[in-house]
Amino acid sequence: MQNRELVIIGGGPAGLSAAVEARRLGIKDVLVIDRESEPGGILKQCIHTGFGLHVFKEELTGPEYAERFIREAENLGVEIMLDTMVIELTADKRIVAVNSREGLVEIQAKAVILAMGCRERTRGAINIPGFRPAGIFTAGTAQRFVNIEGYMPGREIVILGSGDIGLIMARRLTLEGAKVQCVVEIMPYSNGLTRNIVQCLEDFDIPLLLKHTVVNIHGRKRVEGVTIAEVDDDDMKPIMETAKFVPCDTLLLSVGLIPENELSRMANIQIDEVTGGPVVNQRMETSVPGIFACGNVLHVHDLVDYVTREAMLAAKGVASYLADGGKKYEHIPVSPGNGLRYVLPQRINVDAMPEERQNFFMRSVKPMAKARLFIESERGVIKSRVMRYVKPSEMISVQLDRDEMKGIKMLKFSLQEEGDSVERGE
Amino acid sequence: MVDVVIIGGGVVGCMIARELSRYQLKTVLLEKEDDVASGTSKANSAIIHAGYDAKPGTLKAKLNVRGNPLFDKICSELDVPFKRIGSLVVALNEEEIRVLEELMERGKTNGVPGLEIISREKLLEMEPNINRQARAALYAPTAGIICPYELTIALAENACQNGVEIKLNSPVLGIGVENEGVLAVRTPGETIYTRYIINAAGLFADEISRMAGAEDYRITPRKGEYLIFDRRFGGIVSRAIFPTPTKISKGILVCPTVDGNFFIGPNSNDVREKDDVAVTQQGIEEIIKGARKLVPDLPLKHVIASFAGLRAVSDTDDFVIMASKKVKGFINVGGIQSPGLSSAPAIAEMVLEILKEEGLELKEKSDYNPERPRIFKFRHLSSEEKRELIRKNPAYGRVICRCETVTEGEIIDAIRRPVGARSLDAVKRRTRAGMGRCQGGFCLPRVVEILARELGISPLEVTKSGSGSEILKGRTKEFIETGGVVDAK
Repeated sequence: MQNRELVIIGGGPAGLSAAVEARRLGIKDVLVIDRESEPGGILKQCIHTGFGLHVFKEELTGPEYAERFIREAENLGVEIMLDTMVIELTADKRIVAVNSREGLVEIQAKAVILAMGCRERTRGAINIPGFRPAGIFTAGTAQRFVNIEGYMPGREIVILGSGDIGLIMARRLTLEGAKVQCVVEIMPYSNGLTRNIVQCLEDFDIPLLLKHTVVNIHGRKRVEGVTIAEVDDDDMKPIMETAKFVPCDTLLLSVGLIPENELSRMANIQIDEVTGGPVVNQRMETSVPGIFACGNVLHVHDLVDYVTREAMLAAKGVASYLADGGKKYEHIPVSPGNGLRYVLPQRINVDAMPEERQNFFMRSVKPMAKARLFIESERGVIKSRVMRYVKPSEMISVQLDRDEMKGIKMLKFSLQEEGDSVERGE
Repeated sequence: MVDVVIIGGGVVGCMIARELSRYQLKTVLLEKEDDVASGTSKANSAIIHAGYDAKPGTLKAKLNVRGNPLFDKICSELDVPFKRIGSLVVALNEEEIRVLEELMERGKTNGVPGLEIISREKLLEMEPNINRQARAALYAPTAGIICPYELTIALAENACQNGVEIKLNSPVLGIGVENEGVLAVRTPGETIYTRYIINAAGLFADEISRMAGAEDYRITPRKGEYLIFDRRFGGIVSRAIFPTPTKISKGILVCPTVDGNFFIGPNSNDVREKDDVAVTQQGIEEIIKGARKLVPDLPLKHVIASFAGLRAVSDTDDFVIMASKKVKGFINVGGIQSPGLSSAPAIAEMVLEILKEEGLELKEKSDYNPERPRIFKFRHLSSEEKRELIRKNPAYGRVICRCETVTEGEIIDAIRRPVGARSLDAVKRRTRAGMGRCQGGFCLPRVVEILARELGISPLEVTKSGSGSEILKGRTKEFIETGGVVDAK
């Protein structure tokens, strides 16, 4: 049994950012465990640009963004244990990991940061009828084949879902000589960042079919085509009269990401059913004292820069936890009102904030051209702010000063479409 | 010249192959696909039925009741998980209670032990998630669950160890008959001269029988669709839960799997083509509706996969197990629909009896070994065993499939064992790599790499389930090599 001060599970952007920040804050013993043979997580295969605009004020590729943290981690003496899979985590912060060098590694940690990231939703999760031939990939798996392994998953592609990885792959596969027939999205709006719609689809004349879905997959051995159909506005059921066959040899799925919380569940950490990740407080601490979470394991992000910020906050949280020896704090609830799916953190203690300002992340329930964000306590509205072009796919980040929240008993965020006359509040 | 050719590598063919491997015989098993358990045996309800369902006097009834108790020994010899969890047939109204009584009587006539009609209270205590409207249930403690493809693969491996030659990718193209007796079987690669042919070709048994000029019967494919759920919800029921049966089917059930998941299904619809395993929207809706009658609150957001299987339904309404009267040495084992899996061990016994009657001499081998070498399933080992295994072979310390915790060692083993995996699905059936909640999203590229390395082929040649199902279409940057011309095909 090894004794460690801080163990970070996952060496992607969240884990690496947290590790670097933890060392900067003076935590001496920082161990990052990653299951792959190189650190960097999913960034390794994200060879497109667009990373780091907020954190570095530069436009980097995924590997470049990761490289900066990997170098920094090395310089600061962070230990990274690679090719190692954590298979057990308990609420008293005992970890069992496995690799081929040491066999089973048992660790007792003082603090743990969960940074395992997320996985892609699959065909099963959305129940697409048809055969089960070769040629159906999640977009991320296809991305790994193309960018890391150097193989083409297909030549004629249909993409279901307009998540960012799907959009990025539409462009990537086109540049590699494949024909992307269309991107099919069941919602009346896209689920990716606007910049990706423009740069990955519009610039390459790839049609985006909104309010459409795949209703059948053809081909016994290999995908030979898919049937797509428009969906009804009200119940989102396919309108079979509009069904048409699209020939293709490959179907990519970009239908959402799910935080990977199997270890969190093992440690009996409370999970938020909306985000799919742990419930956390002002310092990114889960319901189990001393276990923190950040990045996509907590909620799915669209920008890595926000992941880094969140991870740094988690590292600060660990530092304060190690300093206060796990002192108990009362929390006030933070909840989403009208117009918002979730707000994170889900609870806070204003006096124990590790920074002077608290960052809140939230997502809207639908696109709005213009909306007003209201922040209320039990006393009434603390603050409101006009926002333009709100989309569920683009996370909203709001900061509040400690002074603005002094003495309040609850915090509620809501989003009201401008011109909407419905009463806000309860 | 061989003694016996078995056509079909499903559970029945492989069970017969293993039985024959006890004796001093030359036996060949032919399978048209790239792996055994590629047809009906890979996609069914995976239940070892107690035997109350079939009509008394039928082969189905007799062989099911005889087969059921044989599973404990077979599974322990072959290191195949088998759980005798019991089954419940749920009655939702007075009329259905009467059907339960009939079923119980029928079960007693068939010789099923331990049947009992239990009260609503007892039922809800045993299965708290069941429909509160349930009135009573027929409890059959001897019903069990198994992994049907794992069993089939284990049988094939054990038969192979004991000298049966298993030839994959070997569809039967012709059957030679001379003097009204069996002469030879032709596959794309060769002609095998043989004294006996056992037709265990599942959905295609009618075509094989016709090819030999033996008895004429018809096999209709009847589709059953299933949804399988995340292991997190595996505890929703503890036993196989059936509705009260109708004339054509045992109905849509809710049932745990030996791997800790649970499934709902199957429906029952005749289809035209023998390879129509497409899942349909109507089918999914139908099984959800059916399953909700038993367990109203299903975690539908946590479905991990859907699939369909085909029952081989014979127009004789019973199993067709008999020596041909027209072609000597040709033995039909057809129409093996439910309870075919449960009956398989007894079917094999019966086939051996028939072979004896037909003049095959069965002399026991001295070196027959009924036990298959142990399979290491990393996720089920104790910490000590894990440590020891990794020390001996570091490949067991590399986790490839994170959802099911499958290591590289297990995948290599699956490829190198007798009747080893040659495709992604074959690896999946042997190790569960790719069967978890991410459905291979993370491990697919790594399993492709391991298969290519182990088989000495290019990743481009790695298939999902045999030729024509290659996973990858080419290298990137090929357009540079081909001078800028891209052939979309």
